[in-house]
Amino acid sequence: MYPTDLRYYKEHEWVRVEGNLAVVGISDFAQQELGDVVYVDLPKVGSRFAQFTKFGEVESVKTVSDVFLPVAGEIIAVNEKLAASPELVNRDPYGEGWMVRVRLASPSQASQLMTAGEYERMLSEAH
Amino acid sequence: MPIQYEGIIAEHKAVRSAWGIFDVSHMGRIYLSGPGASPLLDYLITADIAGLTQGRARYGMICVESGGILDDVVTLRLHEDLFLLVCNAANRKAVLDWLHRHASAFPAADVVDRTVETVMVAAQGPQAREKVDSLVQGRPSLLKRYTGAETEWDGEDVVITRTGYTGEDGFEIIARSEVGSALWEQLMDLGAAPCGLGARDTLRLEAGFPLHGQDIDITTNPIEAGLARFVKLEGADFIGRAAVLETQRNGPARRLVGFKAGRGPAPRHGFPISFRGATVGSVTSGSFSPSLELNIGMGYVPPEAAGPGARLQISARGKLIEAEVTPAPFYRRPQA
Repeated sequence: MYPTDLRYYKEHEWVRVEGNLAVVGISDFAQQELGDVVYVDLPKVGSRFAQFTKFGEVESVKTVSDVFLPVAGEIIAVNEKLAASPELVNRDPYGEGWMVRVRLASPSQASQLMTAGEYERMLSEAH
Repeated sequence: MPIQYEGIIAEHKAVRSAWGIFDVSHMGRIYLSGPGASPLLDYLITADIAGLTQGRARYGMICVESGGILDDVVTLRLHEDLFLLVCNAANRKAVLDWLHRHASAFPAADVVDRTVETVMVAAQGPQAREKVDSLVQGRPSLLKRYTGAETEWDGEDVVITRTGYTGEDGFEIIARSEVGSALWEQLMDLGAAPCGLGARDTLRLEAGFPLHGQDIDITTNPIEAGLARFVKLEGADFIGRAAVLETQRNGPARRLVGFKAGRGPAPRHGFPISFRGATVGSVTSGSFSPSLELNIGMGYVPPEAAGPGARLQISARGKLIEAEVTPAPFYRRPQA
C-alpha cells in the first residue's frame, strides 16, 4: 500500500534516498487528512535544517499543517510546480507532489526512519 | 454534516455548475403561532416581519438592547398566524430562551421548537430547480426567491422555501425526521452531489454572506456589519433599535469589508489587518475561493480603510498577505 522504496516519519513525511541526496514529500494519509491543498510554503534553496525540524507548511482549504524534515541537510531544490498547482500534493503525493530535494548532512539518518510496513502499522494502530 | 464527502473543492464546484445537497438539520426550526406571533417576531427581529404576506420569507437579525446581534435568522410566514423561524444551530437555545422570555409580553403567541422532530435539506445550484420540480409536488420553481410553501413529497407534508446560503438558486426542504434519510437518498438518486460543512463555508464566503459566530456576533451591530438593508430603520420598534439608529446616525467606528488576495497563505479568523503601516483590525473569515482561484476574506476595519480598492496587509503566521478591499459578493452567478 505504501511505497516500499521510501522511508517514513511519524509526522507523515516520506523520504526517497538517492545516494547522498533525498527527496521529501507528505504521505497519502497526510494528503487525505488535509483535504484539498491550496498552498505549500517551501523554504529557500540553500537553507539548512536539522533532523525533524519544521521546513515548511501545507495549507488546505480547511487547515494548515507544519511539515518536518525527516533527515538533516541543505535544501538544493524545491518543487516550483506546487505554486501554481498545489493540488499535485493530493493527486500524486509520492511523485509530482514532491516538496524538496535535500543534500543529506548524515546519509545514515534515513535508515532510522520507519519502513512502509512500520508506517502502515502506526496508522492502523492510531485509527 | 461532515466537513466533506468527495472533497471541498469538488463539492463547491458541483454546486456552482450543477447542484449539491446539504444536510442542515442541525439548524433551529421554531414555529410561532397565534395572533401574538407576528407582533412578537416584529419586535424581536430587525426586519419587517409584520409586513410579510403569506408565503414570504425574510432575512433579519435578532438584536439585544446594545444593538449586538444575538443571531441572524430567516422567518417565513406560512399563514396569517403561523411562522417558521430558522436560526443557527449554535444559537438555538439562546434564541428559544429569548423568544420565551419576550413572549410573556405577547400572550397570544405560542413558541414551539420543532428542530428535533424535523430535518432540513438544502438543494443548491443551477440544476436544483429542475430536479426539485421533479421530486416535489406543485412546481417549486414557481416560488420566487425568499418565498415558501407547504406542499407534498411522496405523500409526506413538507415545507419548501426558495432560499439558501450559497449564492446559487436553490431550495430548502423541511420534512419529518423519520423520512429524512429517504429524502436524502432520493435527492442523491437524482444526481445531487452530497456536500459538507467545508463547501458550505467556501460557498457562502464567495457569496459575501456573514457567518454568525465569526463575522457577526453579540459584539457587532447590523450597521457595522453592513447589514442595514435588513433593518426596518424607519419602521416599527424592535429591541436594539435605539442603539442601531445611533450607530447609523454617527457612522460606525468600524466596518465589515470583503477583501481579495492572491494565491499564498489564506487569511484566517483572527489574523491582524494593517492599513498604512498600522494594525487596524482583524480577519473574521477567510479561505481559498475555489471559483475565483485566489484567497478571499472578511474583516473589520475603520471607515478610512474600508473603501473599495483600499490596500490592506494581513499577517499570516509571520508572513504578510497583500489584500485589496472588494465589494461583496466576490462571486456572482452568471445571469442566464
